[in-house]
Amino acid sequence: MDFSFSDEQQMLLDTTRRFISERYDFDYRNKVRDSETGWSREIWTALGELGLLALNIPEQDGGIGAGAVGTMLVGNAIGEGLLLEPFLSSAVIATQAIVELASAQQREQWLPALASGELIAVLAHDETATRENSLQVETRAVRDVDGWRIDGNKSVVYHAPAANLLLVSARIAENDIGLFAIPHDAAGLQLLPCVTVDEQRAAAVLLQDVHVGADARLGGDAKVALQSVLDIGLAALCAEAFGAMQKILTATIEYSRSRVQFGAPIGSFQALQHRMAEMLMHLEQARSMSYLATSQCTDPDPLARRAALSAAKALMGQAARYIGQQAVQLHGGMGMTDELNVSHYFKRLLAFELRYGNTDRHLETYRQQLHAA
Amino acid sequence: MDLDFNAEELAFRDQVREFLATALPAEIRDRMHRSDDSHIRDDIQNWQKILHAKGWGAPAWPVEFGGTGWSKTEQYIFETECALADAPAQLAFGVKMVAPVLMRYGSPQQQQYFLPRILAADDWWCQGYSEPGSGSDLASLKMKAERDGDEYVLNGQKVWNTLGQFADWIFCLVRTDSSGKPQRGISFLLIDMKTPGITVRPTRLLDGTFEVNEIWFDNVRVPVSNRIGEENAGWTYAKFLLGHERTNIAGIGASKRELARLKQMAAAQPKAGATMLQDPLFATRIAQVEIELRALEITNMRVIFAEAKKQAPGPEASMLKIRGTEIMQRLSELQMEVLGADALIYRDTSGEIARETSTYLNLRKLSIFGGSNEIQRNIIAQMILGL
Repeated sequence: MDFSFSDEQQMLLDTTRRFISERYDFDYRNKVRDSETGWSREIWTALGELGLLALNIPEQDGGIGAGAVGTMLVGNAIGEGLLLEPFLSSAVIATQAIVELASAQQREQWLPALASGELIAVLAHDETATRENSLQVETRAVRDVDGWRIDGNKSVVYHAPAANLLLVSARIAENDIGLFAIPHDAAGLQLLPCVTVDEQRAAAVLLQDVHVGADARLGGDAKVALQSVLDIGLAALCAEAFGAMQKILTATIEYSRSRVQFGAPIGSFQALQHRMAEMLMHLEQARSMSYLATSQCTDPDPLARRAALSAAKALMGQAARYIGQQAVQLHGGMGMTDELNVSHYFKRLLAFELRYGNTDRHLETYRQQLHAA
Repeated sequence: MDLDFNAEELAFRDQVREFLATALPAEIRDRMHRSDDSHIRDDIQNWQKILHAKGWGAPAWPVEFGGTGWSKTEQYIFETECALADAPAQLAFGVKMVAPVLMRYGSPQQQQYFLPRILAADDWWCQGYSEPGSGSDLASLKMKAERDGDEYVLNGQKVWNTLGQFADWIFCLVRTDSSGKPQRGISFLLIDMKTPGITVRPTRLLDGTFEVNEIWFDNVRVPVSNRIGEENAGWTYAKFLLGHERTNIAGIGASKRELARLKQMAAAQPKAGATMLQDPLFATRIAQVEIELRALEITNMRVIFAEAKKQAPGPEASMLKIRGTEIMQRLSELQMEVLGADALIYRDTSGEIARETSTYLNLRKLSIFGGSNEIQRNIIAQMILGL
């Protein structure tokens, strides 16, 4: 048992934090939010220069190969800074899908461009049916003369409007899923952009008679790989959520020390102290579960992985809700304003709860393995 | 970062497991498994003697006093495995509470006399801290100790004294000065329970058991040489003592054992053509507590790891105490609920008390004793959050 981080890992965290504090303070972040695209190309390129977009690219492909722990630490910093750029979508999830499934030629074509930030890819996977079962894909791909024809609807795909490349999952047989690389300007592909509750840009993706060549399909067993990619993504999402939880608790404690009512800082009142002690306990339990998710997300045994990740998501979802709600409450009216960062962390945490299967879904998944075991 | 035990830690765990499988007498294991405390004194003492013979009588003591010299991780593994194997918990009052105080502040004579006897289970120790009116506000204690030559003369009353009905010795906080700040007039005395003037009266608890006592002191004469350290400095020693006994504060082993029992019970209990374990509502409640226990286990290991690296101040133990006791209470509540209306049976015709309901009642104490969970939240707010 060892809870320390290597020097390289610690450096990764420090570097990302320093970058965010220098380049991405709260005011800047809100300017990005209010911009037309809702993210910053300049920041994105800078992240690429720092090597952060190559974390999940293996060293033999010219990447950093920082693994789940490195990704977790960068995720922590991104959650702390409430970054709006597609780090999780492109540099973690889509990159991982390509690493696991792409041919040598596709890797060469995409990985360097992903590492520099020149190429942004997203995995378009979630549908109405995947809410219950992450591999319940209804989008269909059928063979035609020289390739595939794809039809279906994908819901709330984070950062799809920014992507050059969409990796679309589609059913190719009763019990088989394929993953298809589709350029953003393909005929028949339509995006319905939206802004998510945590003010990131996303889109519903409609595919109507989209034709792609035979080489658009990524090889390998997409069903197995998809679950692995989703699990690695979930661990990274947990890390971002933890960063946000930690920040919102710190902000709440600072506020309760400075806000005076009835002649005393509100932090001196026992009722509120106990609330914050409870928030801390939720936070520490969440940290432990984020560690668990990180250390298990690459476990080759899918059942052990499933149990650990569902446990983590369920507990962290509850922690996110408790900490978020109490933080707004303890800030009083100020917690309701857009001006204070607390409301922004609150919404990011709410999005965390709703994404990737909500708390109930993961509790349910975990419950099912109780009896199976 | 590696959440799993390393090879050496796993080898140590296997060694402990093997020892428990062979050395723990079946009848003790069986009684502990059934929560039968009818032989509790003998069971605890006999087990302590077996541990002592193995050289494991005091996991947390340094080797020079007869301890094992184990790391915090090894102590944690040992206690967890003991609980999982249904071994009786060691009597904390001797091994974990008064012994560290003796080692740090006791005179050489006190150390030489008492420590080997604690290790060999020759003496049963109990604690005399709380009084009527001074529980969480311990410094308000009133029991008087007046100096008369080489002796103190004690008058007053202690309450919530755990298992003192069996005790040979009691360590007490007494008031030797009432003039200044309440904390400054307290002394720490070791008292032979056979001393004339001591009366022990068991307090019947809500579950019908007798595990705590009231103790009256009526002109009890105690040699001054039985005082630990200096007169009026007892608060320092008491605080030191409270800072100890923390390796197992979260009770991970005991909770894992009770979780396994809960699942067995639920799998054996029919419900709507299936079992309670298959009932989505009830199983979700089990899942919830299992997830929290998993998180607490990792949190506990993080605290141990930080402590070994001398990083953790100590108030983290409050967190482990609160969550650990909440989880134990929830597990006992769910065990009771598996029984449904059968849980109403409190004593059956044979007079045997049904375990689950009585345990549920008994375990309400967990969030009250050892510094109530509200006091622990105060500690977290003040010591960790700096409020």
